[in-house]
Amino acid sequence: MRQVYMDYSATTPVKEEVLKEMLPYFTEIYGNPSSLYTLGLTAKSAVSKARHQVADLIGADDNEVFFTAGGTESDNWTLFGVADALKAKGNHIITTKIEHHAILHSCEFLEKHGIDVTYLDVCPDGTVDPAALEAAITDKTVLISIMFVNNEVGTIEPIAECAAIAKKHGILFHTDAVQALGNVDIDVHKLGIDFMSMSSHKIYGPKGIGAIYIRKGAKISNYIHGGAQESKRRAGTENLAGIVGFGKAAEIAKRDLAHHIESVSALRNYFIDEVKKNIPDIYVNGNMDHRHPGNANITFEYIEGESILLLLDSKGISVSTGSACSSASLTPSHVLSAMGIPVERIHGTVRFTIGDFTTRDDIDYVVTELKQIVAKLREISSVSKGKGW
Amino acid sequence: MGLYNDTVMEHFMNPRNVGEIENPDGKGTYGSPVCGDMMQITIKVDDSDKITDAKFKTFGCGSAIASSSMATEMIIGKTIDEALEVTNKQIIDELGGLPPVKVHCSVLADHAIKCAIYDYAQKHGKTYKGLEGFDPNADDDEEGHEEA
Repeated sequence: MRQVYMDYSATTPVKEEVLKEMLPYFTEIYGNPSSLYTLGLTAKSAVSKARHQVADLIGADDNEVFFTAGGTESDNWTLFGVADALKAKGNHIITTKIEHHAILHSCEFLEKHGIDVTYLDVCPDGTVDPAALEAAITDKTVLISIMFVNNEVGTIEPIAECAAIAKKHGILFHTDAVQALGNVDIDVHKLGIDFMSMSSHKIYGPKGIGAIYIRKGAKISNYIHGGAQESKRRAGTENLAGIVGFGKAAEIAKRDLAHHIESVSALRNYFIDEVKKNIPDIYVNGNMDHRHPGNANITFEYIEGESILLLLDSKGISVSTGSACSSASLTPSHVLSAMGIPVERIHGTVRFTIGDFTTRDDIDYVVTELKQIVAKLREISSVSKGKGW
Repeated sequence: MGLYNDTVMEHFMNPRNVGEIENPDGKGTYGSPVCGDMMQITIKVDDSDKITDAKFKTFGCGSAIASSSMATEMIIGKTIDEALEVTNKQIIDELGGLPPVKVHCSVLADHAIKCAIYDYAQKHGKTYKGLEGFDPNADDDEEGHEEA
């Protein structure tokens, strides 16, 4: 059966070039980068090279990039590390209602330990209002954490404005850039970011590896304690092959960024246009002007997302949904809820994310199948345009 | 590998008894789109109290659609009293099992059937032991239902 992967925001396949670069580090150059003989030193220089590749993608200095196990660890590190390092200054963190759970659940944990957290509302298009951010600042605020690109609706947040507000008030600024990396041009120094979370597997690198950018001099305590790896900032023997793969993926992302953004967003726009043309009663959620190039978040009225997902899967098409029914917790998407989308519509929402291996032919196939699937489910549904909700 | 077993998938992909009976003898709707599931069941009942036809329309996930399909199949040919004995547990068993978070879908199907029968009983001035204490407008909660 034909397979069409349209869930690039969940994860991406590892590019051949990346895999090829990684392979020797499993079986040939397997030394511990902390070892002092040639095999170890060779491994260590591979880590340095990868660090440079990642730093280069985001406009950072090499010594501002620290490898972690992924975006979630980087998010946890920032929140716990800053809360700890600045506990004498204050105990207030500002974030948003649309963050990834790596931020939200870490904040909930911190709340149990004496930290106050403000969760900012967002506009109906999914963007944070910088004025609302400024209004939430108190003299106890130690950290502002606002995601760069939302993972569900793809909205690109006004990071430069928010970082400037943080700076104006002498507050550290973090952004979870897991969805932004390789999809948006990022220059951490120009943007005035203090901490940034990154992940490799969203940019065609391997899973289980990520990084955090820490601006030189930004106050943060260590999170993982142990050996002297990562300049004594993050302990644990390096995920050598993973780091090499992430570095290569970052190099490719930088090299191809303009082309990637242009071609992926053109395909995404074509997809949205075709869906609009072929399927009635749909809504595209999220800001269209400031958006992840591959993201199409679409609500199909009168039907439920998991059913759409299952029928698409039966045609070899992989997507994800904000529907509660597809999650173990049975709670609908917190992002779409924060945007004020009615719950019954959230249930019928599907996220399609397009990437480097998506073709126009894939889009045509998906639209053809989707049209039939939506019609079939609407036929079964107890709600309809005529009957209403 | 899938979310559901083959029987559930078969009933989801090829649901039986989809639609709405014209001039039904009983019609019941249960759930709400806000909760993510809403089922409508219509039934045809003959003079000997036998359910001769049942159709459903469901807004919901894969297991909600499969549960509706299985539930309608289970009650066709049964008398009202027999149909009232159908439990959500039996629906789950006939489906070969549902994931724990999806048990409420079978509860919904069980309730929707009872709502349709309740409507039939009201319209025809009949009382059934199996409907004692049944409130079609009761909130959708899983208390008192058998878990899989």
